[in-house]
Amino acid sequence: MYAAEFNYLRASSLAEAHRLLAANPGAKLLAGGHSLIPLLKLRLAAPPAVIDIGRIAELRGIARRGDDLRIGALTTHAEIAASAEVRKSAAALAEAAAGVGDPAVRNRGTIGGNVAHADPASDLPTVLVALEGAVVAAGPKGERTIPAAEFFTGVMTTALRDHEIVAAVLVPMATRGVGSAYTKFAHPASRYAVVGAAALVAVNKGTCAEVRVAVGGLVPHARRASAVERALSGQPAEAASFAAAAARVRDDLGSDVLGDIFASAEYRAAMAPVYVKRALAAAAARAGLA
Amino acid sequence: MAQVSIRVNGRVRKGDVEPRLLLAHFLREHLNLTGTHVGCDTSQCGACTVLIDGRSAKSCTIFAVQADGCDVTTIEGLARDGQLHPLQEGFWEEHGLQCGYCTPGMIMSAVDLLNDNPTPSERDIREGIAGNFCRCTGYQHIVNAIQYAANKAARK
Ligand SMILES: Cc1cc2nc3c(=O)[nH]c(=O)nc-3n(C[C@H](O)[C@H](O)[C@H](O)COP(=O)(O)OP(=O)(O)OC[C@H]3O[C@@H](n4cnc5c(N)ncnc54)[C@H](O)[C@@H]3O)c2cc1C
Ligand code: FES
Ligand code: FES
Repeated sequence: MYAAEFNYLRASSLAEAHRLLAANPGAKLLAGGHSLIPLLKLRLAAPPAVIDIGRIAELRGIARRGDDLRIGALTTHAEIAASAEVRKSAAALAEAAAGVGDPAVRNRGTIGGNVAHADPASDLPTVLVALEGAVVAAGPKGERTIPAAEFFTGVMTTALRDHEIVAAVLVPMATRGVGSAYTKFAHPASRYAVVGAAALVAVNKGTCAEVRVAVGGLVPHARRASAVERALSGQPAEAASFAAAAARVRDDLGSDVLGDIFASAEYRAAMAPVYVKRALAAAAARAGLA
Repeated sequence: MAQVSIRVNGRVRKGDVEPRLLLAHFLREHLNLTGTHVGCDTSQCGACTVLIDGRSAKSCTIFAVQADGCDVTTIEGLARDGQLHPLQEGFWEEHGLQCGYCTPGMIMSAVDLLNDNPTPSERDIREGIAGNFCRCTGYQHIVNAIQYAANKAARK
């Protein structure tokens, strides 16, 4: 399969990418290409120009910044999964990145492309919503920080404005007694999330002091599961309370559960409590170790 | 047209390519390196896996222009001086293929795996080739073949 013809432009800096975006209306940014190229090949997208941002050095790397980890947009899933810093400070994110697709997909796909593409079946948005992360959007006139909860607005739609480029993702670093985890029902062929659940649990003397949960895969965009959070807060950190709280996820799902030929909406909704429960248990176990 | 210069199996290869040309087609049609197969053409099957700067990548999901200036290794680049690469030897010895369509991609993924993890468990091997589909073997002999190569390297 061949993409429709396009003009290929390569940016070597963020400033150059902005200049190229301004000069080429309708152009698409290309990072790892693992969402865009399949679309171009199927001709579901046929932009007049493609701007390759894959070599912009300032968009790479993982660094501490205050209480956050700042992960450059071009950081690959493989780099995130292998990062000792991410594994320690944002275990759920490392876990989600390690479960994206397969090794070759993880070698090319980037966190910036993943959040900008905002596929409902993606893994990283669910984690960022649960961890209360944020997206740093660089516009021609400067940066703004968009909380993850406001960034994802619908199926493949985000709060990113025209000509804004994702520069980085911010993730708060876990403190003592806090654990996080991500679990998913992976599609058996693509490994995309049919149901994904991310949890962060702070355990204090055996009690769940703070609980944050997000679900993805089965809803148009990753969202918090506040009924689950309320049900578990103040409860003992044990299997029975995880199961009881996870069952409440039905109240968080609403009427817009997605279904397809692989898994119906009913089936996904029935699986959601299972994965939420597992995420809660794994997060609480990590809180105990931290 | 765009100019690319890609080091393929140690040799710099230059070409004028359309930006939409996939790396898989650059290798197969411009360089006649037909060991890299195209199976699904939809990023799923891994038959087209090559190494780009040492890491496995699906060459049906990369434009040749993106690999400009990079180091690409294909299945043709593994044997040295007529000696099979340990993974190729493993596939031979352990009957790791039937029709052979998936084999080049399997081997390239396995090279990446063993570079990262020279002593993989069976589970690690299965994870390492999770992006490579085989419609013939049932995978067990492929796993054995990769184990063979790991064991051979460990004995050295
Ligand atoms: C076989 C396969 C399996 C996969 N499985 C999973 C999975 O299990 N879980 C999962 O989460 N994902 C999965 N993916 C998707 C993968 O994670 C993609 O790599 C990712 O969604 C997109 O990142 P990219 O760097 O490849 O982006 P690209 O494909 O380059 O770009 C995607 C979109 O984002 C835009 N974009 C890219 N970078 C930026 C930026 N910095 N700022 C603004 N816009 C930008 C592009 O213009 C484009 O519209 C899979 C992909 C494949 C091919
Ligand atoms: S041909 Fe590239 S993944 Fe199948
Ligand atoms: S040997 Fe035939 S597809 Fe694997």
